[in-house]
Amino acid sequence: MQFLKLIVRNTLRHKLRTGLTVLGLLIAVLSFGLLQTVVGAWYAGANAAAPDRLVTRNAISLVFPMPLHYREKVRAVPGVKRVGAANWFGGIYQDPRKFFPQFAVDAAQYFEMYPEYRFAEEEKRAFLRDRRGAVVGRKLAETYGFKVGDTLPLRGTIFPGDWSFTVRAIYDGAETRTDTSQMFFHWDYLNETMKRRVPRRADQVGVFVVQIADPARSAEISQAIDAQFRNSAAETLTETEKAFQLGFVAMTEAIVVGIRIVSFVVVFIILAVMANTMAMTARERLSEYATLKALGFAPGYVAALVLGESLAIAAAGGLAGIACTFPVAAWFGTQTGTLFPVLEVSQATVAMQLGAALAVGVAAAVLPGRRAARVRIVEGLRAIG
Amino acid sequence: MSRRVSPPLIEVRGVSKSYRRGGQVVPVLHDLSFDVQRGDFLGLMGPSGSGKSTLLNLLAGIDKPDSGAILVDGVDITGLPESDLADWRAAAVGFVFQFYNLMPVLTAFENVELPLTLTPLSRRERREHVSAALRLVGLADRAEHYPSELSGGQQQRVAIARALVTDPKLIVADEPTGDLDRQSAAEVLSLLEQLNHEFGKTIVMVTHDRRAADHAHAIKYLDKGELSEGADLLERSVR
Repeated sequence: MQFLKLIVRNTLRHKLRTGLTVLGLLIAVLSFGLLQTVVGAWYAGANAAAPDRLVTRNAISLVFPMPLHYREKVRAVPGVKRVGAANWFGGIYQDPRKFFPQFAVDAAQYFEMYPEYRFAEEEKRAFLRDRRGAVVGRKLAETYGFKVGDTLPLRGTIFPGDWSFTVRAIYDGAETRTDTSQMFFHWDYLNETMKRRVPRRADQVGVFVVQIADPARSAEISQAIDAQFRNSAAETLTETEKAFQLGFVAMTEAIVVGIRIVSFVVVFIILAVMANTMAMTARERLSEYATLKALGFAPGYVAALVLGESLAIAAAGGLAGIACTFPVAAWFGTQTGTLFPVLEVSQATVAMQLGAALAVGVAAAVLPGRRAARVRIVEGLRAIG
Repeated sequence: MSRRVSPPLIEVRGVSKSYRRGGQVVPVLHDLSFDVQRGDFLGLMGPSGSGKSTLLNLLAGIDKPDSGAILVDGVDITGLPESDLADWRAAAVGFVFQFYNLMPVLTAFENVELPLTLTPLSRRERREHVSAALRLVGLADRAEHYPSELSGGQQQRVAIARALVTDPKLIVADEPTGDLDRQSAAEVLSLLEQLNHEFGKTIVMVTHDRRAADHAHAIKYLDKGELSEGADLLERSVR
């Protein structure tokens, strides 16, 4: 009890110094958590990928399409359950800054393959009935105030001309990490319109999403699909949905690495600040540590006092930082709109924040604790705090 | 019938000590030998730098001599490893420092209780011991006060309570009145005398103050690390 009493009271001895150190830790742990959350958001697509979904694209590049008739050939490959065509639409809603992802999809097939998108059954039926109908995710609807029945105009970029959709359904995510910032509409509507406007670009598909019966056979089925189109005008590359998503992350890997480095630099800076605080504290209390040793307390007890105080400060700052991460990340998510579809503070991030705070607490106490433990009593008693 | 004579509490045998300062060896104590009897109140006097505090530190087991031996109650403390020495200090020595050296974040009660946390006493037993010690030094009503809320004399009395609460054989006091006004100094010295008279505590006290030394039974003068010529003549009983 006396030990804990000493730690708690020593921690609160210099309230301003302790308060500022805790504040510094709070900011560092919060920044670390936010940066890690942003890194996590980068991987949201990959993390949400299902093992039973493959993506087939043009082997040269995603930019190049594939003929629509591939769909039936892919469907015929043993082990394939469903195939859905999908195209990245890339339209502009009002202003280019109001970006959100839009996909033209084989609606009936596509949403069977994505059970994590949850609809009201009535709305889903209304969407399937309406060729110009569109589905928007909850986050997207909340960001721009879309409601069922609203007209949603888009200006085409990849697919030229003005496009008009009617919001027929709003989907929710089965989990918090499900991306609800997207818009989907009927691939047939896109294709029919392109037949009229630019006939040579009709019947062209960006990717085929393929659902397979047995995820363990994904490599074998991928090879079988690609084998169908070997030496054709549009050879294919089939990979798991996760690998496909990670391919996007790899394009921006330098940014991710940069953010990661900055997050650890923040922790290192606060470690230096904290170590300085603890060094000052230990130096001021050398005579007290010497007194304790003179009274018969072991060097380990004295070192544990320093470590305990350091850990108490680190834990206070760390827990406060973690507590602040949730509301700040939520606020950050609203400010960035649909830029980060899933900005979720994961358990892993919280664990890393706590680990970082405690590591700072331990590391900052190593040298001062060692000094306090090793101080010669007669020298410590002469020290003036 | 022969009368049984108890051995001295402290036996100092050929003790030397030097310090290294800037590459130079500075001798502090040179080949000291003397005894301190049980129940003695010994004053150590001498000019600054004569080695009084160094000698006190050696007797209290918070420093080690370069050579020689110090036996306290038959235990050669110079041969004890650091961890055993810490245990020995906790059990056998009470410390009274010039600047009290109380833990500022603990109350008077908690400061006195501190050395008892190293013993197997129960919480209730500890409370009883602490209360008794504080009553003895006349500060029972200040138990919940922090050192900053006490005068210098009161703080030193708390330090004395802390020194005696474990019932040690030996109490060492380094300039216990050096930071006190005359009135407080007199109270502290009376208290030390009471511990010596009534409880039979052996006390070794370093002091510059002749009036403080008058409370001791015997005085040893140190000069340049040696018991000065005629020290025996200067040793005197005030009993």
